Amino acid sequence: MLKRVHFPTSALPYLLVAPQIIITLIFFIWPASQAVYQSFLIEDAFGLSTEFVWFENFQILFEDSQYLETFWRTIVFSAAVAVLSMGSALILAAFADRVVRGATTYRTLLIWPYAVAPVLAGALWVFMFNPTLGIFPYILEFIGIDWNHYLNGGQAMTLVIFAAAWKQIAYNFLFYLAAMQSIPRSLIEAAAIDGAGPVRRFWDHIFPLISPTTFFLLVINAVYAFFDTFGIIHAVTQGGPANSTTILVYKVFNDGFVGLDLGGSAAQSVILMILVIAMTVVQFRYVERKVEY
Amino acid sequence: MVENRRILGIMSHLVLILGVIMVALPIWITFVASTHDAVRMTQAPIPMLPGTHFFENFKQTLFGAGLSGSEGAPVWRMLLNSMAMALMIAFGKIAISLLSAFAIVYFKFPFRMGFFWMIFITLMLPVEVRILPTFEVVANLGMLNSYWGLSIPLIASATATFMLRQVFLTIPDEMLESARIDGAGPLRFFWDILIPLSRTNIAALFVILFIYGWNQYLWPLLITTDTDMTTIVMSIKQMLEAAEQSPQWNIIMMTALLAMIPPVFVVVGMQRLFVQGLTETDK
Repeated sequence: MLKRVHFPTSALPYLLVAPQIIITLIFFIWPASQAVYQSFLIEDAFGLSTEFVWFENFQILFEDSQYLETFWRTIVFSAAVAVLSMGSALILAAFADRVVRGATTYRTLLIWPYAVAPVLAGALWVFMFNPTLGIFPYILEFIGIDWNHYLNGGQAMTLVIFAAAWKQIAYNFLFYLAAMQSIPRSLIEAAAIDGAGPVRRFWDHIFPLISPTTFFLLVINAVYAFFDTFGIIHAVTQGGPANSTTILVYKVFNDGFVGLDLGGSAAQSVILMILVIAMTVVQFRYVERKVEY
Repeated sequence: MVENRRILGIMSHLVLILGVIMVALPIWITFVASTHDAVRMTQAPIPMLPGTHFFENFKQTLFGAGLSGSEGAPVWRMLLNSMAMALMIAFGKIAISLLSAFAIVYFKFPFRMGFFWMIFITLMLPVEVRILPTFEVVANLGMLNSYWGLSIPLIASATATFMLRQVFLTIPDEMLESARIDGAGPLRFFWDILIPLSRTNIAALFVILFIYGWNQYLWPLLITTDTDMTTIVMSIKQMLEAAEQSPQWNIIMMTALLAMIPPVFVVVGMQRLFVQGLTETDK
């Protein structure tokens, strides 16, 4: 942690950490504590007086069927995004790992969606699936599917899942490929000599060996789907139709800035904070420790 | 390759090419849409091959009024805003993280670990979970609609501090010993030895942070009401809304293309640094 050889105590280190600490205090810790404090308050309808109510805001939230539905929807959404994008990334990485020539070219061609902003990803997909113009609704019509994500909640959800998963494939691919390339070749060769075919080798050797990466990516994808997909949802569906794509982050924004329900929005923020803390703890405690073989 | 089976080799390439097509399709459609005129883009099915209006659209989007009927800022102005925001965030994060990592690794002082944990906590507080109160703080400080408001609240960085801390820890102690024998003070050592030694790590960090900054959406959405401060990434949403009345998909998609070119260029052009930055900051 600290260097064995270091400088003597003076005022200098305080000056060095000052910018980071001041910004953290003003823009992170103070607002977060405000959110916690506000989550214990209820404002009357005219905003004239506030009352300290302990956990009533939380109680209201957990008795609100709409909030519970949002919670559940967020979990389904995150799971779908993680499975879809990690699954496709795993398949692509497995084949890219086999390819001798052109592996780096494929990598270049596959990683750049990482650089596309979520809201742009949303815009691209909403254009492809535009009910009157889009190329996919046009194709889907031939097989008898009437696509309109402005009206059909299930289709709207499918669309945001696709957009979110598409953007994340790049990241997952990169980590899977790196993990596979770090497996010693001798191990795979030994398995081949013992008569294991490519499929067998993948499931019995490669896949278990990269399980730490899978676990790490699971956490990262969950965090991504919970928090970073705001832009996609805001651009594609705005939480609609009829709240069918409202996830937790979108609801905090909507209730706070559009609905102006301060106490309720703050309580939701606190719940999200607890979720992030839990995910960070999992990531640092269990992922760092590496799964043993 | 363990064994040489032709069929398997061909299959690998087929799957990968399919994957590349899948990943590239949305961008291809965007590009194609930006090369046709507005009239063609209102007829279904939309074209799949590029047209001839690319430069016309490019000029109209970048220097013209952009979307006709919208009152937004010109696109070049928005690109400038995005660039300023992304650079300020990236350099700001690197600067303050270098300083605090240096302090934490090379000095022994009271509350050292306290500061370390305070920086760590920022990892658990993304903008999304403290939207309203952070907005209030920035509004009270009078930082709405300014570059400062766009960048400063985002530049605290636990990941950058951690990564630089790791880098500093790998630098041999003899470096400091010999520097001190030669009479170098802490700042001299920091500037002349530590920074040059961690140059590639800083570059890798820059690539990641530039993309992070460029792609910010929720934060600029909250604190800019002045159209002159709009960033390019934000403008897409406003254009999509306008598209419901007057669809000008050629212009919208050209704007989307312009909005993704800088970060995509950075990723592809500095691929090695990008991969290094990504794998180092997240572990």
